[in-house]
Amino acid sequence: MPIRKLSAQRLWLLAAYTAAAALLFCAPLMLSDFRLNLLAKFLAYAIVALGLDLIWGYTGILSLGHGVFFGLGGYAMAMYLKMDASGGKLPDFMDWSGLTKLPWFWKPFESLPFAIAAGILLPALLALILGFFTFRNRIRGVYFTILTQALVIITTTLFIGQQAYTGGTNGLTGYSKLFGFSLGSPETKRWLYWVTVALLIGAFLLCRFLVKSRFGKVLRAIRDGENRARFIGYNPAIYQMVAFSFSAGLAGLAGMLFVLHVGIISPSMMGIVPSIEMVLWVAIGGRGTLAGAVIGAVLLNYAKSTFSESYPNIWILFMGALFVVVVVFLPKGAAGLFGQFKWLRRRKAADEGADGVRYPAV
Amino acid sequence: MKGAFWKSGVFVILALLLVLAGCGKNDNAASTTTNADGTKTDNGGSTGSENSGGEIKVGILHSLSGTMAISEVSVKDSEMMAIDEINAKGGVMGKKIVPVVEDGASDWPTFAEKARKLISEDKVATVFGGWTSSSRKAMLPVFEELNGLLWYPVQYEGLEQSPNIMYTGATTNQQIVPAVSWLLENKGKKFFLLGSDYVFPRTANKIIKEQLKVEGGELAGEEYTPLGHTDYATIISKIKAAKPDVVFNTLNGDSNVAFFKQLKDAGISSGDLTTLSVSVAEEEIRGIGADVLAGTFAAWNYYETTDTPANKTFVENYKKKYGDDRVTADPIEAGYDAVYLWAAAVEKAGSTEVDKVKDAAKELEWDAPEGKVKIDGETQHLYKTVRIGEVQTDGQFKEVWNSGSPVKPDPFLKGYDWAKSLSEGK
Repeated sequence: MPIRKLSAQRLWLLAAYTAAAALLFCAPLMLSDFRLNLLAKFLAYAIVALGLDLIWGYTGILSLGHGVFFGLGGYAMAMYLKMDASGGKLPDFMDWSGLTKLPWFWKPFESLPFAIAAGILLPALLALILGFFTFRNRIRGVYFTILTQALVIITTTLFIGQQAYTGGTNGLTGYSKLFGFSLGSPETKRWLYWVTVALLIGAFLLCRFLVKSRFGKVLRAIRDGENRARFIGYNPAIYQMVAFSFSAGLAGLAGMLFVLHVGIISPSMMGIVPSIEMVLWVAIGGRGTLAGAVIGAVLLNYAKSTFSESYPNIWILFMGALFVVVVVFLPKGAAGLFGQFKWLRRRKAADEGADGVRYPAV
Repeated sequence: MKGAFWKSGVFVILALLLVLAGCGKNDNAASTTTNADGTKTDNGGSTGSENSGGEIKVGILHSLSGTMAISEVSVKDSEMMAIDEINAKGGVMGKKIVPVVEDGASDWPTFAEKARKLISEDKVATVFGGWTSSSRKAMLPVFEELNGLLWYPVQYEGLEQSPNIMYTGATTNQQIVPAVSWLLENKGKKFFLLGSDYVFPRTANKIIKEQLKVEGGELAGEEYTPLGHTDYATIISKIKAAKPDVVFNTLNGDSNVAFFKQLKDAGISSGDLTTLSVSVAEEEIRGIGADVLAGTFAAWNYYETTDTPANKTFVENYKKKYGDDRVTADPIEAGYDAVYLWAAAVEKAGSTEVDKVKDAAKELEWDAPEGKVKIDGETQHLYKTVRIGEVQTDGQFKEVWNSGSPVKPDPFLKGYDWAKSLSEGK
């Protein structure tokens, strides 16, 4: 009997995922250009949420520094776009900040493949280095979380201070073309949207594969008992470093997409507030379930946009109410709601083994 | 089951929240469709809404939450007041102006998102908004892409000129450059530059340094602190060691409170050391305390005390509408001007279409509370009178110098030889 039950549930899940993917691909038919652009941004955020869920929900590492990785990806893409827009001349902000020559590290960003590679690999590398110095020394829990906050402060201060090289507080903006296509035209926007959907589905499948694999089992073992995992013979540091680095790479990818959709990246996007917001998406959506992370990112950002459009003066109160409601009544996040439907409840005994939170946050 | 009860409660609350939010949105959607009839498609075409319903929608996009809200809400208020006044007199071209208010939330990408929403979803005829340079820079590509029109009401660092932005605040040659010249003439040669670490102070100080070189000034020091910084002990001891004649202050927001209070505590009074600020207006004085600031200087184009007939009614109406304890200040007035100038341009053009309004706005004159202003057709900045004021103990400014007549805007400082290196490449 368990086998049949499981497959019925899997069938349901598969159907739900297919429907969701189909809906996403058809969204351009139903939404105005502006709404589609917003949805594309939310889906980019969902990619960050996936990566965060992988390390927080599955490995038990809480990072409050993913804004940095997101921002680095964004800057890599923005640097390419800015170089492209300046057409061989010095980008405008360097000009008024007193630079006469293009800094050496800007040069390679003339090439799009380099920019894309850098947008994913730079964050991943930074995460790997941070992971190397922390996980190997068995720094974990809140101490690791505090370190990621420090990383955020260091990076934003650096980016704001080096106005001539990074655009300062303004960040990088004022570009309008990709491959000669206007970033603002509805056709380009639609294509970018589809690319984002495809990448999100790709990232989702990849994360799902990782989670279901042996590697994912070790991650969960580390989450539930790091020392036990170590005594069995696994080196948790390696696994944590790889997971953290992979998650940072996803954030970088999302940052690149964000820049294409929104047209600006600034240090405020990599600050402490957005970094914590990213964690909130996962918390609200449902820690330890990949679909929950995606739902959380899209739902919260949708709520933020809608509330602020309808009630520009008091929308923050609505957001606060939403957080309170979810935290108080839905400790498992929005994904936890699904467990409450009767037809899923049947496997009550198996519930103990279900995904979702059953462990402290850090 | 007790749990089930709670859970259904959650569903109800969540559903209610979303329905509430949805209602507001549907209203918007309904009215946009009626407006959309007469307009072209949303891509690059005209965004001017030739509304047949006797209404013209305009966007108001300031930070109503976050760190900038304290400054920007007042500008929103004065813009709303201008709209109400114009509506009371019969509106523009006989149509009522309907403001669509959005919150930029002190976050630059949000400004870009909301600007896009106002232009492409609400089809507003124009947008009044922004405060920080960063928010303007974030909105600029959106307005250029969708051919919208933004009225930006705050003094800024210059070196910009977008065909889709009207700048009603001062550019550098209408505030900073004359202030430096005035200080050199009247207060001393040795300058200490202190600013918050972002684009406006950094660019402003770059200009000041060039100017000091040619006008015989001397640089005693240059320091930046992060936005929101509140510990100025080190900076004050550096100032003490450098012994400057003048501190040119481009600090923003809360930092001013800390800096001036600590300066006073360190025993340096305005008699010992001249300070001139470019981001301290009547609103900030209220926050810092007039007793701390009395005797310091500021450079603006407008003060609440500026003596013009238009200002008298402006201040009176503003206080009547929002309370006697409220003050008017330069950006508040510039936002008010923007609405009137736009309305005048629309009347002249006989249309709300962006290109026609821009054409009609060229060389348009208006008797603003700050005196006569004129839109410079070439740069889309305003001709403005420069005023240097000294803070009095009642929190108001006493004007000590003005430029006599409105100064032509020169955002790239083309009229100054020493500024060549700054404006080159543009």
